[in-house]
Amino acid sequence: MAAVQVIRSEWTKIRSVASTVWTLSLAVVVTLALGVLISALSRSQYDNMPVRERLSFDPTVISFAGMTLGQLALIVFGVLVVSNEYSTGMIRVSLAAVPQRATFLFSKIAVATALALAVGMVTSFAAFFLGQAMLGSLGTGIGDPGVLRAVLGGGLYMALIAMFSMGVAAMLRSPMLSLGILMPFFFLISNILGNVDATKKIGRYLPDQAGSRIMQVVPRIDDDTPYGPWGGLGIMVLWVIAALVGGYAVLRKRDA
Amino acid sequence: MIEAVGLTKRYGDKTAVYNLSFQVRPGAVTGFLGPNGSGKSTTMRMILGLDNPTSGTVTIGGYPYRKLPNAPRQVGALLDAKAVHGGRAARNHLLSLAQLSGIPARRVDEVLGVVGLQEVARKRSKGFSLGMGQRLGIAAALLGDPQVLLFDEPVNGLDPEGILWVRNLMKALAAEGRTVFVSSHLMSEMALTADHLIVIGRGQLLADMSVTDFISANSADFARVRTPDTEPQLREKLSSALTEAGGHVLPEQDGALRVTGLPLPRISDLAYEAGVRLWELSPHQASLEEAYMRMTQGAVDYRSTIDQKASLQQQPPPGAQPPMPVPGQGQPGWYAPPPPQQGGQPFAMPTPPSGPYGGAPAGAYGAPGAGAPNPYAAPQGQPPVAAPPVPAAEPSQPAPAAPAADLTKSEDAR
Repeated sequence: MAAVQVIRSEWTKIRSVASTVWTLSLAVVVTLALGVLISALSRSQYDNMPVRERLSFDPTVISFAGMTLGQLALIVFGVLVVSNEYSTGMIRVSLAAVPQRATFLFSKIAVATALALAVGMVTSFAAFFLGQAMLGSLGTGIGDPGVLRAVLGGGLYMALIAMFSMGVAAMLRSPMLSLGILMPFFFLISNILGNVDATKKIGRYLPDQAGSRIMQVVPRIDDDTPYGPWGGLGIMVLWVIAALVGGYAVLRKRDA
Repeated sequence: MIEAVGLTKRYGDKTAVYNLSFQVRPGAVTGFLGPNGSGKSTTMRMILGLDNPTSGTVTIGGYPYRKLPNAPRQVGALLDAKAVHGGRAARNHLLSLAQLSGIPARRVDEVLGVVGLQEVARKRSKGFSLGMGQRLGIAAALLGDPQVLLFDEPVNGLDPEGILWVRNLMKALAAEGRTVFVSSHLMSEMALTADHLIVIGRGQLLADMSVTDFISANSADFARVRTPDTEPQLREKLSSALTEAGGHVLPEQDGALRVTGLPLPRISDLAYEAGVRLWELSPHQASLEEAYMRMTQGAVDYRSTIDQKASLQQQPPPGAQPPMPVPGQGQPGWYAPPPPQQGGQPFAMPTPPSGPYGGAPAGAYGAPGAGAPNPYAAPQGQPPVAAPPVPAAEPSQPAPAAPAADLTKSEDAR
């Protein structure tokens, strides 16, 4: 009963601030625009590609190319949803109304995740269909093996990224600190670790590297990744759970 | 009913609240007084389960707040008026809180009306003044129609009309049998609003008593007696007569006498027996603000020092007076002495020197100690204390600081 009340309240909170609309629409626009652009470029460049790359040409992944940037907007969304409570002091009012901190935190995260999932799914499907339209004859269909899983996975991936950010923000509380850590991590560090040979073996267990595996349909040549698409998503889920548990532990222990 | 038992809160090695035990009863406004940084807000947060006490417990209706069933319908709180997302409209802010507690949206419009914010209900709270923010915070506290209400500095930033409104609101809430706990650092405000007082300083309990008890325990009643200015010997005569009868007589700067320990009719009788005419015989009471400052003076964390402006100082122009230090600022042992001229002159002083009180202006305003040695300055061999003895004052107060401050003041007055 209490959870239903908190969920309704969190929905009111989330829809009544401008940052929700801004961050989520930015995520959609950036992901779609970049996906369309890269799909169009790939089509025009396909003939110049080396054979090796042509063999592992994955039209699904290419249509999701915008997600590397679009996920940053979702990270901002996730961080703001949680840390706004702290930066405004609203957390005291909220916790005075809901002394059960688990109910409060997880209801909040549930509402924001549901919203992120809805936006993520729409974005994922739109990015896929727009990208395939750009790729034309090189494209693939939603009915092809593994493609629907990849598109649904794209939506899940976006929701999980937002959830992970919420967990980190619950631990760190400050929006500046949270963004200052998450943005460079997902934009730079994770990509570097995942693509440099020396660190590849560790890098691919990072949340975004592991999670984005679900969006691949055509396996890379001599791919030695020890997990499959769902295994990768599972690794990402473990990261998310760890972040949320950490966030809850901090909320429960520390003074508000 | 709020009950704290041995409440202690430490942040690192700083103790914010130490061994605080008190009860806040229903049906009365309980004022929670203390200087800035004395632990009022920390205590409020512990009551609401926001901060965990280092030791001790605090319960509302027998439950710790986090275990309280249906807490938002039982307890309403205003902690910080600025604790609102600036981008969210006032009504949405309250709506989210109402939904948290399962309160219908209709109630939001009701409380918006109660606090007078209907007009700006759909405006973002970013543009609100401090007073509007306070009203929004009070509205949030009232949402659940709770039996227990906590307000942390509710009148901060309110205009006089708003202060009066808050005062009446508190009283009305208490009259309905609710528990109302209001913190403030303004004694004068609490004297008007509260029925009961809990005073803390440096996180420790200094007083827990009803306002009437606080007044009688802390404000020294005294009588001001004025003999004709033109006949100083009458004043001396009366002084010795009053001292003989067991009164404490202290001279005031304007030539009047401050008498404690004798009821007014007795003073009049003694004067009549001594054949002394009286120009004034009036009852006085030291203000509550003074009593409060005296009580908390050892417990003030943030004390201003005299602004020396040393690095800004230019060569003073020839003949310029050095700045006079303001008594009470930057003097650690200082406390507010009961003013020698409480409430100013008791009667309007006519300006022409021929008026009834203006015959000898120099005598009227001259400090008694500055001119001829005053025989009454040290009655009964006591140290020269200008302040009347205060029953419940802290024993540690450095009383001899008072005359110095008095002298400075009298020089100021000239």
